[in-house]
Amino acid sequence: MKTQQVHQGRLKTPFHSRLAAVDTVNEWHEWKGYSSADSLYCEDMEYFAIRNSTAVFDLTPMTKYRITGPDALAYLNRLVTRDMAKIRPGRVAYAVWCDDQGQVIDDGTIFHLREGEYRLCSQERHFAWLTASAIGFDVSITHETEDVAALAVQGPTSFSVLNKMGLDGLDQLKPFGLTHFDFEGTELMVSRTGFTADLGYELWIDPDKAEALWDALFAAGELYGIRAIGTHALEMARIEAGFLAAYMEFLPADETVRTGRSRSPLELGLDWLVDFKKPNFNGRRALADEKRNGSKWRLVKLDIEGNKPAHNSYIFANAKANKGEIGFITSAAWSPVCKQNIALGTVCTPHGKPGDSVWVEIYYQREMHWSRKMAKATVVDKPFWFPPRRGATPPGPC
Amino acid sequence: MTDRYDAIVVGAGHNGLVCAALLAKAGKQVLVLEANPQVGGAAITREFTDGYSVSACAHLLYQLQPEVRKELKLAPGLASENMATIALSEDGKHVRLSGDTVEGVSEDDAASYKRFRKRMTRFADLLRKYLNKAPPRLGTRDLKDLLTLGQLGFDIRRLGKEEMREFLRLIGMNIYDELDERFENPLLKGAISLDAVLGTHLGPRSPNTIMTYLYRHAGDHGRVATPKGGMGSVSEELAQAARSAGATIRTNMPVKRIIVENGRVTGAETEDGQRFDSYTVISNADPKRTVMDLVGAKHVETGFAQRIRHLRAKGNAAKLHLALDGLPTIAGLSKKDFAERIVIAPDEHYVERAFNPAKYGESSPHPVLEITFPSFRDTSLAPTGKHVMSAVVQYAPYELKGGWSDDAKDAFMRSVIRTIAKYAPDIEQRIKASELLTPADIEREFHITGGHWHHGELTLDQFLFVRPVSGAAQYRMPLDGLYLCGAGAHPGGGVSGAAGRNAARSILSREKVA
Repeated sequence: MKTQQVHQGRLKTPFHSRLAAVDTVNEWHEWKGYSSADSLYCEDMEYFAIRNSTAVFDLTPMTKYRITGPDALAYLNRLVTRDMAKIRPGRVAYAVWCDDQGQVIDDGTIFHLREGEYRLCSQERHFAWLTASAIGFDVSITHETEDVAALAVQGPTSFSVLNKMGLDGLDQLKPFGLTHFDFEGTELMVSRTGFTADLGYELWIDPDKAEALWDALFAAGELYGIRAIGTHALEMARIEAGFLAAYMEFLPADETVRTGRSRSPLELGLDWLVDFKKPNFNGRRALADEKRNGSKWRLVKLDIEGNKPAHNSYIFANAKANKGEIGFITSAAWSPVCKQNIALGTVCTPHGKPGDSVWVEIYYQREMHWSRKMAKATVVDKPFWFPPRRGATPPGPC
Repeated sequence: MTDRYDAIVVGAGHNGLVCAALLAKAGKQVLVLEANPQVGGAAITREFTDGYSVSACAHLLYQLQPEVRKELKLAPGLASENMATIALSEDGKHVRLSGDTVEGVSEDDAASYKRFRKRMTRFADLLRKYLNKAPPRLGTRDLKDLLTLGQLGFDIRRLGKEEMREFLRLIGMNIYDELDERFENPLLKGAISLDAVLGTHLGPRSPNTIMTYLYRHAGDHGRVATPKGGMGSVSEELAQAARSAGATIRTNMPVKRIIVENGRVTGAETEDGQRFDSYTVISNADPKRTVMDLVGAKHVETGFAQRIRHLRAKGNAAKLHLALDGLPTIAGLSKKDFAERIVIAPDEHYVERAFNPAKYGESSPHPVLEITFPSFRDTSLAPTGKHVMSAVVQYAPYELKGGWSDDAKDAFMRSVIRTIAKYAPDIEQRIKASELLTPADIEREFHITGGHWHHGELTLDQFLFVRPVSGAAQYRMPLDGLYLCGAGAHPGGGVSGAAGRNAARSILSREKVA
């Protein structure tokens, strides 16, 4: 019988030595068994690295599965709601997968590495579900989180940094594209993906070369304002981008106990990811019903008046609060780059159409005493932050 | 060249035939495809050795639903009916159970048995009402589901406060505890235990065995009969009913796959490559075979495929057929007693002990048996003066450690004969030929995954709203055009026709809505 050493305590990522070297605040949390930094020296400065120069985030703990075999495409097409046949080798797809009831289990990215060879990345672990979904398919699913070290390199100067590092031809890489380079005799995969809605890349390499990659990257980025960042700064950028996070905007369906606490892709504004032209995928029947009969919830992006972040607030249809709440805030932040008080929330339909006005009940504390404010908010359609350079190919020097 | 039908039934088991007959009666063009040369599935009569025939799998008729008989105008000829049960004792002081009476036990036990039967009959009647309905779905707002559910609640409540409590207490309980409280005679307890565990992977101390006992008695108050000409005659009659209603039945046509195109069922393809088109395919095969093999897991959703895969459906009952050159000698039995149902289950512990090895993949060294001599009242089954013995033998686990090799079968056969010989010392000299069907044989010959005669363990977690699995309890599977009509669907196994009839009614009533 094959035995495998089980790790005791918390794992360190292959970049840990480099992160520890720049860390001054010693604020770490656990992310799927790994130590991940909340912040390394100053949350705000780290945030501005994302928006003004280049931020480097260690995303090694991100769950990664390798999916291969003759049925890999058919398997993925049954697993996720979008049509994976359209994702050619060298392309990356944002995707969401559901249970039979059409409720979201998680979202993530699927990398079509080479013909018939895929990597699925997500925040949560899903081996049991992926394995159960493999019944009847000729595929193999390998958990490879520990086998791949990964960095997000995000921000307006990120292309210049990587270009300086010698990644020739990167300028031709389109958003959601991936390509391979040689890095000191090891294959380095670079994808133009990220969690910040800005120009940015993700680097994937063998853990043995992790530190060398980090060093090369930071050497190249010295004059481009490169900085390592923690999750707090990334979280602000994530909200500005309007991206969803598990346990924030939705609860993984397999984790919910009470009915009505999970969400469907349609309720999360992901209609564009659901392809009913596919004859069968998990949740198709339930989602078709939902499409016909209407959804219960709607995810909203809110532009809120004032400057008090609406953490954990109830949302009301009108200013007279205390009754008739229509939903609640799931993520909130003051956006320095947009100069907006922004939030993501979930409201019941028919409320929350783009352009609608709603009211948010904000509680805030000043010198121990609590104050309450009803703030008007507008439902917006577009992400709060979406600079043209994000979609530009070539991205151009910055 | 393909043919189009309103409905294709995969498998001509008795439920498939009932379903086909009812659909054909409603004016549908129905095609039934059967893998074996004979119709009937596990309800057939077969010559197992020269001149000796026997009901090859199911051998007692105790559940054929009056609704089915009436709607299809069936009148199966019976060789014997209202068979008593004789629990054999080595000393010849047997116990005889018949209806509400039991002989050969103390007065207390006899009185207790009457009370026990009265209550069980009441509960079984309640259950019977729901055997003949599609179970309601939970958590929907469908009016019919809510009404059925409300009716069920009301019916349970209507038992009266005390009886309702008793019903709710007993339904999940094991038969052993109940017997222990009520009776003292070991033979009586053994015989009732046997009734509770026949055909299951359960021992009398397993939870849920009161429910299986009730299920058995829900059919026809526990009255058992043998059809004239064996069980095959019932299937033949059903096939005749289906044919005269206009259904086409084709035997020797094993279905290779149920065709799925564009996310819906569009027909069936047979092993020889013929294709038959229909937007309604009703599978009489067990749920696992239907979904995992015939349809393919990839055409359904993950959760459903996984639930079907986890369905517990491993048979534990073997079938023994003996060709005898005369009736064996059993002390204390008169000749006419051979017309009855004879059981070897000397006490409740014996039955539980027989089950113990089965949990670990071993067959019982001291098995329990339900024995009949169908030729006693039906001379067509054996040459004049000779006899056929048909017995259900437990326990013979489907997944026997090391597999059902010839040696393993021989060893089990020896245990069985040794067990019978304790009561009928001359049995071995009487045997001219024999046939033992283990669950593995039953799987192979009758195409039932796991060789389980209920197509899936009959336990509360696989019963009513959740049979075969949750989300698929109303005969319609979560794949457009696919239906289930066999024992794996509600209510379960036994030659009752209930699943087939309920399935047909579900299909027809859906059509009315649409």
